[in-house]
Amino acid sequence: MPDVLMPALSPTMTEGKIARWVKSEGDEVRAGDVLAEIETDKATMEVEAVDEGVLAKIVVPEGTEHVAVNTPIAVIAANGEDVAVHDVKPPAPKAKPVPSRQPPEQDEEPVPTAPAARAERAEPKAGRAVPSAPAPEPEYAGKTVPMTVREALRDAIAEEMRRDDSVLLLGEEVGEYQGAYKVSQGLLQEFGARRVVDTPITEQGFAGLGIGAAFAGLRPIVEFMTFNFAMQAMDQLINSAAKTRYMSGGQMSCPIVFRGPNGIASRVAAQHSQCYASWYAHVPGLKVVAPYTGADHKGLLKSAIRDPNPVIVLEHELVYGETFPVPEDPEFLVPIGKARIARTGEHVTITAFSRMVKLALQAAEELEKAGISAEIIDLRSLRPFDVATVVESVKKTNRVVSVEEGWPFAGIGSEIAAIVMEECFDWLDAPLKRVAGKDVPLPYAANLERLATPQVEDIVAAARAVTYR
Amino acid sequence: MAVKRKAKPAEVEEPGLSPQTLKQWYRDMLLIRRFEERAGQMYGMGLIGGFCHLYIGQEAVVVGMQAALEEGDTVITSYRDHGHMLAAGMDPKGVMAELTGRRGGYSHGKGGSMHMFSREKNFFGGHGIVGAQVPIGTGLGFAHRYRGDGRISVTYLGDGAINQGQVYESFNMASLWKLPVLYVIENNRYGMGTSVARASARTDLYHRGTAYGIAGEQVDGMDVVAVYEAGKGAAERVRRGDGPAILEMLTYRYRGHSMSDPAKYRTKEEVNRMRTEHDPIDHLRQRLIDSGAADEGELKELERRVRERVVEAAQFAQESPEPDPSELWTDVLAEA
Repeated sequence: MPDVLMPALSPTMTEGKIARWVKSEGDEVRAGDVLAEIETDKATMEVEAVDEGVLAKIVVPEGTEHVAVNTPIAVIAANGEDVAVHDVKPPAPKAKPVPSRQPPEQDEEPVPTAPAARAERAEPKAGRAVPSAPAPEPEYAGKTVPMTVREALRDAIAEEMRRDDSVLLLGEEVGEYQGAYKVSQGLLQEFGARRVVDTPITEQGFAGLGIGAAFAGLRPIVEFMTFNFAMQAMDQLINSAAKTRYMSGGQMSCPIVFRGPNGIASRVAAQHSQCYASWYAHVPGLKVVAPYTGADHKGLLKSAIRDPNPVIVLEHELVYGETFPVPEDPEFLVPIGKARIARTGEHVTITAFSRMVKLALQAAEELEKAGISAEIIDLRSLRPFDVATVVESVKKTNRVVSVEEGWPFAGIGSEIAAIVMEECFDWLDAPLKRVAGKDVPLPYAANLERLATPQVEDIVAAARAVTYR
Repeated sequence: MAVKRKAKPAEVEEPGLSPQTLKQWYRDMLLIRRFEERAGQMYGMGLIGGFCHLYIGQEAVVVGMQAALEEGDTVITSYRDHGHMLAAGMDPKGVMAELTGRRGGYSHGKGGSMHMFSREKNFFGGHGIVGAQVPIGTGLGFAHRYRGDGRISVTYLGDGAINQGQVYESFNMASLWKLPVLYVIENNRYGMGTSVARASARTDLYHRGTAYGIAGEQVDGMDVVAVYEAGKGAAERVRRGDGPAILEMLTYRYRGHSMSDPAKYRTKEEVNRMRTEHDPIDHLRQRLIDSGAADEGELKELERRVRERVVEAAQFAQESPEPDPSELWTDVLAEA
């Protein structure tokens, strides 16, 4: 004989008032019938029957206040059942919830929650889900050819499209126009309009469409003309692409690449000039890379395309035209999650990514003249982050400068400061210094733009400051 | 309710609709109804937390639509999704155990009411952001066309979602590229507490694809046979390669938007009128009895079996253990 329990009508309700009994004792009850009205602090709501039968007994009379959630308030007898054998006593007001049909462990907490202590034990160090260290990067001994970053990206896409028919390129002007920044030159001609898809200007739409195609097992490369426009698609990137694997208990996969130029361009003012590295690096479920060299652009993009997860590839308009030696081997890959020592040094560690690596290397030349030997770490991957390489370097140099184009507050440099504090505080001989974009929307005027953007001399000054020289 | 019927009210003796089929639809709708009532009760007992959006009243839409689909067609919807999952053939135990946040749930307790999936049943969620499932569903259609697999994407959205910009971005791309997507607008008259008339400049939502050349049709979503017929016709056109189509299902949810909604924005009379005069389940039951397709005893037995399944699901959902604490850190990323 089922009891009708005082229901919780919101996630926070603990007690309420029986405002009115709509049914009387002896009434026939069908599933879905309104039995009573309950008053909470917010509203009056109806309680419906779930079982069929006769309302055999009203245990809590109408007008009773402070009836705790889960208290039996009535008894419904299946047809033919005798109510007398089922004796339910009305509870005292403010009584503790009476667990009637709940498993015993539910006594104290009706809402299942994992005890915090147990959860903490499973938590990796510093709250970061640190993946197993990526395999060491094999030395590439094959042939390299000099090419621009834009050509290296194009080759990476073309090679992966030749290798796997489920890979396609999607975005504004990627086909007929040959790429707004000429990255996709020749791809339409080789692969046709089925696989090189010109989209309308509709970022949220085509980002979501790409995610749906990835859920269905395709491997779309979605080009944002620049990452500034990806803000229109942010909900899809975070809520749909990054979180669905977790929310599905591992059942769903989203093998997709979002790529395009990021960071500070040239004289295009605030809306078209911004670094999104720390935005994306903040989000579990995404991988984020921001390469500098041609080899890294090619190797990381290829890894991103083969990766079963959503990967954000942050490129840079001012780097597209730079020429580097790039491996020719179509199986050349750069593992995601591994930083690169771009220059070894003794006195100070300078971290940088994307175009800022170039400035850091120039700064190192300057510093060399002053007798300061700088170790430059090209982070390349921002999530997962190569904590070990940074920490090892800082333990050697005891000083660290972080460089990024983005704003300083809650930036990548802030995260590096936290990592250094947590992992190698005792090795530090000076507080970390951040070189970052100034904390203003990027101005248009040439002189102001230069002031707002990290310059080689800023890096030199920061390195001198932490080495006290 | 004012409904422009494409087909006249369907009769039991409709060619192709056997008594077995109708009884199956009755059973499928009843399963959703009883499941949702039980979910509401378990929410009241504190066994289900957070947001819980019940589908009670709208059952004919998913049951009729599912019957119109073919094996391999994909389905996606937003957060009022329990009915879609049961109609797709997902196990009530796994759905209920997800509602209670237990290990035996479809997402192992990590998704909850709004976030469940079944690759096996081609159900792609279960999405929590109003309208966000529409471009994703369009992407499922894109993948069908890319592969040329002859399947279609059925993308559900509500009368609330219909005013989201990304819906129109999707309509445009789907029509531009002739994607096999059938958009099913479940117009249950209220986006949370705001009626369609208070939210939409034009309330006949099936016209919303007109600017993109997408034909729309309004259907009595409280009549499972009418839904099936409209769904069958639209699915055939979409499958043929004519591009996307829109069906607007005029339906009604009896319960609040979510569990904590006192539903002050509509009168009790309105709700009662829908329940007594337009209930899809009562309606079909009467039809089965009147036509002699089923007798009272047979239906009582069917109803008992449905109730048993729901009781089993509820029991499983309470007995299944909570996820292991180590599960906190799994499924964030796939191993590369």
